[in-house]
Amino acid sequence: MTSTDDPRDARDDDPQPQEAVDADATTETRGADEPAGSGPEAVTKDASGPAMAAPGGWRRLGEALRPRLSRSQLLAGILCAALGFALVVQVQQSSSDQLSSARQEDLVRLLDEVTQRADRLDDEVARLEATRDELASGTGQAQAALELARERAQSEGILSGRLPAEGPGVEISILDPDGNLTAAQLFNVLEELRNAGAEAIELNGARLVTSSWFVDRDGVIVVDDQELASPYRWTAIGDPATISPALEIPGGAFATVRNKGARVTLLSHDLVQVTAVRAPEEPQFARPQEPRE
Amino acid sequence: MIAVVGLVIGVVAGLVLQPTVPVALQPYLPIAVVAALDALFGGLRALLDGLFDDKVFLVSFLSNVVVAAFIVFLGDQLGVGSQLSTAVVVVLGIRIFSNAAAIRRHLFKA
Repeated sequence: MTSTDDPRDARDDDPQPQEAVDADATTETRGADEPAGSGPEAVTKDASGPAMAAPGGWRRLGEALRPRLSRSQLLAGILCAALGFALVVQVQQSSSDQLSSARQEDLVRLLDEVTQRADRLDDEVARLEATRDELASGTGQAQAALELARERAQSEGILSGRLPAEGPGVEISILDPDGNLTAAQLFNVLEELRNAGAEAIELNGARLVTSSWFVDRDGVIVVDDQELASPYRWTAIGDPATISPALEIPGGAFATVRNKGARVTLLSHDLVQVTAVRAPEEPQFARPQEPRE
Repeated sequence: MIAVVGLVIGVVAGLVLQPTVPVALQPYLPIAVVAALDALFGGLRALLDGLFDDKVFLVSFLSNVVVAAFIVFLGDQLGVGSQLSTAVVVVLGIRIFSNAAAIRRHLFKA
């Protein structure tokens, strides 16, 4: 509460002087304002409710609100109409468009800010677009290189025996109950398979690669340090139409095997699986050649 | 009562007509409205004080509006328009509050 309110508080506490002032200031008859008054006005005001608790304020307000065609009422009405009109117009104005009621210098400042911000954002857009293009081309190249490397790793993994493989091929079963076969005949079969274009070869669970070797050791055939026993089961992935006649050439691989008294069966399949793998050994001496510029 | 009716009529007229505020008046209308509100509350307080006088009300209403708009206009010419309009709004707001407090005392005795 401000200090200016204090005199009013004092007057509210003591209604009597206020009544006197009111009587001086207006032409209304103050007698009807007395709570004890039995006039018709007092009755109606009391019936209106809060007038009982605060007779002075509410009564005066009620009297002022009572429609009378006096000059002051008319004047207040006109001014209130003007105020309401202006109020609504201003509210609509400011709610419809914030900028239209702004000052010129504010608008100029706003425009400057917006322009600067737009410039900054344009710069940022250009920078980000450049970065995006760079990244897109970079990832494209990296992706292509990765695909190529993966394909190469797969094909070389199959050829080197590092990965299991499947495809059309043949299954060869050599039955040698008498043990007449030597490493030379089996090696012959392997060479013939290679000549016929077999890409992945397995013999009794051993993957045969470029460094595979056969040897006779104490009457047992050994391949890559692994002892073999009849029946010798080969699985080779390649074109069966090429492999089959290549092995059956007169005087060829199968002919020498049969000469030793073994029985050979060859089956062509649309899909055979070479599941045995061989971990490639790290080259001990050879190393990749430096690319020459 | 006529005052309330006038207020309602003014509001309805503003809503129905939807006039555009002239560009020259746009900075001054909000200040003028606040000044008029101040005059209205002052008049209400005077009414409850029993001091209401129609001539005083008319003159204070119009002079409030004119002076407030003039101060803002002057501020615009001096390049401190926004600051001065803030000052006017603050002063009028304080007056409205103190008037409202006085009216409240009259009506609710609190």
